[in-house]
Parts: sequence; C-alpha cells; structure tokens
Amino acid sequence: MPILPRTVALWLMRLGLIAAVGVHIHAAYGLTILNHNARSVKYQSPRDYQVANFASRTMRWTGVIVVLFLFWHLADLTWGWWNGTGNDGVFVRGDVYGNVVRSFERVPVATLYIVANIALGFHLFHGTWSLFQSMGWNNPRFNKWRRYLAVGIATIVVVGNVSFPIAVLAGIVGE
Amino acid sequence: MKNLENLVLRIWRQSGPDDPGRFQSYRIDSISDEASFLEMLDVLNEKLIGEGLEAIAFDHDCREGICGTCSLMIDGQPHGPQRGTATCQLHMRKFSSGETITVEPWRATAFPIIKDLIVDRAPFDRIVEAGGFITATTGGAPEANLTPVPKPVAEAAMDAAACIGCGACVAACPNGAASLFTAAKVSHLNLLPQGQAERWSRVEAMVETMEQYFGSCTNHGECEAACPKSISIDFIALMNKDYLSAKLKNRALISRT
Ligand code: HEM
Ligand code: FES
Repeated sequence: MPILPRTVALWLMRLGLIAAVGVHIHAAYGLTILNHNARSVKYQSPRDYQVANFASRTMRWTGVIVVLFLFWHLADLTWGWWNGTGNDGVFVRGDVYGNVVRSFERVPVATLYIVANIALGFHLFHGTWSLFQSMGWNNPRFNKWRRYLAVGIATIVVVGNVSFPIAVLAGIVGE
Repeated sequence: MKNLENLVLRIWRQSGPDDPGRFQSYRIDSISDEASFLEMLDVLNEKLIGEGLEAIAFDHDCREGICGTCSLMIDGQPHGPQRGTATCQLHMRKFSSGETITVEPWRATAFPIIKDLIVDRAPFDRIVEAGGFITATTGGAPEANLTPVPKPVAEAAMDAAACIGCGACVAACPNGAASLFTAAKVSHLNLLPQGQAERWSRVEAMVETMEQYFGSCTNHGECEAACPKSISIDFIALMNKDYLSAKLKNRALISRT
C-alpha cells in the first residue's frame, strides 16, 4: 500500500508550483508598473550603463518567454495537443520516452526548447544573485560566491535541459 | 595646462515644471582643461548673460563634493564619466576637443524638474524625517568613550554616512529606486549602538516612506557605480535584512528581551 493514493503527491506539488508561478507573475507585474511609474518621463538622451547587464535588464522578457514556453511545453508533452498527426508524430499518453523523441526530432521544436532554456538561464542568473540582495543574505565571507553560484545554477539548469533536444537531434537518443 | 577647443554642449532647457523642455546646443570655442565642469557652465552662462539670453539654471553649492547639491546627467552617466566623484569634482581634462557633451537633469517622477537642470529632491527629506535620526534628550555631550564601538563597525557606519544625498542613485537606477540612499541613511544609524533603540521602527518607517515615492530595487547595481561616495549596495542588503526582521519581530514583547 503506498502512503498516498495515486497522483496525490504529484498534484500537491503541481498546485504548489502553479501557485508559485501565479504569485511570481503577479509580483513581477506589480514591480513593472511601479518602476514604470517611478520614471514617467524617460531620459531624453541615451544612457551609458556601467554595470547593469543583459540578464538584469531583460528579466521581464526572459520571464515572459519562459512562461509562454511553459504552456507550449505542457501542450507538447503533457497534453499532446499538436502531436496527434504527422508522419510518425503520434502522441501516446504514457509513452514519455517516445513522445520526447518524436517531438524533438522536429528541428524547429528542438530549437524552440534550446532558445527558451537559454532565456531561462539568463533569468535564473540574475534571479539567483538578486535573491541574495533582496533577502539580505550578505556576508563578507561568502559575498564573492554569489555570482559563482548564480552562474553555476544557471549553467546546470540550461546544460541539463538543453542536453535533451541536442541528444535527440544528434541521434544519441532515438527510437 | 592646455585648452579644449570647439566643444558642443547639448543642454536640457526647460523654463518651468510645465514646459515640455528641449535640448539646446551651445558652442564653447575654448576652455581650460583645469576648469571644473561647473566652471565651464559658469563661463557659458556669463556668455549667455552678455548676449542678453537667460542663464542655464543648475544646482551647486560647496563645489568640493561634500554637500550633495550638484547633479547632472552627463553623457548618460550621473555626475559624468568619472567614478566616485560628484559633478563639481569633474574637470574638463576628462573630455577632449571637438566633443559633444550632453547634459540632462535627473529624471524620476519623485524628482520633478523645477527649471532647466534643477530638480526637486524633497522626497529624500521625507525619508530622513521618517527615521533618519536618533531620539536623544539634549544636554551636555556624553563622554564618547563610554560607548565602545568596534573599529570595523565604526568604519562601516562611516562608509554609509558618507552619503551626501545628491540623488545620483535614483538618477542612475533603471527603476528610479532610492534604495541606496535609504539604505545608507538607515545603516549608518542601525549599525551603531546609539541607533539600536529605534532600529526596527526606523527601517520600517524609512523603507515605507521610500516606497511611496520611488521605484523598487531589482539589483542592477547602477547606483553603486554612480554614487559619488562609492557607497556599496551591501547596505541595501543590510536594509532589506533589517526590514524583514522588523516585520517578523514581535515588538509587543520588546520590553521583555
Ligand atoms: C511571466 C513570467 C515571468 C516574469 C514576467 C518574470 C519576471 C521577473 C522579475 C521582474 C523578477 C525580479 C526582477 C529582478 O530582481 O531583477 C524575477 C525574479 C525571479 N524570477 Fe521571474 N519571471 C517570470 C517567470 C519565472 C519563472 C517561470 C521562473 C522559474 C523557473 C522564474 C524565476 C525567477 C527567480 C528565481 C527570480 C529571483 C527572485 C528574487 O529576486 O526574489 N521567473 N522574475
Ligand atoms: S556642489 Fe556640493 S557636492 Fe557638488
């Protein structure tokens, strides 16, 4: 006898994640409006930024890309919306391995995964560093490790996720 | 000493808060490289007045980097291209002949333009009024050595207290946030023994006043780079930590700890 009935633990985790995404989007939206209003008249000459980087300045865009991708990802491999037809592109519920291979064999799909995960990497890079500052986790002993950790987390997530489409495209993983 | 020749200054002119404003170009035929940026503007203003035109309004006072009155966005950087100094400490030797230099006022909703390059930075006063002080009965100054302060703490407090309140952090921030200013003003008191009595109410009141006027920090770090006193964003982390503690502390129990 399992401790919990089938899919209960899964759904608890899913609800937690869905709530987190909802709260995050709400907060990001509020933050965007607040900061937009804080400078209602923009600078009329070009700014010369010194340290703000690509990741920090594109949080909104990388965030939106990740959420759009999230829906696409669910539709692609969880619901199988647009995998029902095609030469051999048949979505089979439960055939996780086969579904992944059949989806990633299409070059545009694999490309989309790679691009979206790179966006996620930038988002996590700035997000990880940002978290330390926002939470006030600041200690001269480990401060210099915050950037390394941000690079590390972003790299592990991106390399791990992107390895799937690449492995399929390269023929390392196939049917 | 040498002279810079043929400079073009693109300066923001705005006759009042309701004027939309525009850039206007001015020629400087020759100026000493030992002139400060503000002296260069003085020379230009004398010329304009001589021609019967209206002088360019800009803020300045001490002209030695200690009062925080000067401002100016110079070529897209608050206080210009030199790190760790205010506009009044910037000299023309940082520029070269034939260059076009663009000068714009600070831009933030909380800092409305009064005229030309002058903005109203009064919201900073509101933040300081909310908690940037200690409450002490007046009288004879107590013996300083009665309150021991570890050297690193005294130095950190001093680093924060170096803030001259110029507003470059707000001007530099892509979000128009005032976190570095507020963090400096919170920290220089919250670090010291004398600031402990009001530590939690101070950070709460100052942060919440700040939020009424300014944007919210997303940790770009532009403020630290622009600060004429190079105040570290570590103080923002410190402020955030104290704010969180202030919110979580059960202050009804403060009398029993
Ligand atoms: C519509 C989708 C999203 C938008 C608009 C968005 C936007 C933002 C913004 C504006 C910030 C804070 C800005 C900053 O500190 O510079 C942020 C932080 C962050 N985001 Fe997102 N994001 C989205 C989705 C996601 C997703 C799906 C993830 C995770 C997979 C994620 C992970 C993070 C993390 C870890 C942080 C740092 C949190 C912090 O500093 O407290 N975001 N996001
Ligand atoms: S005029 Fe006082 S700091 Fe520049």
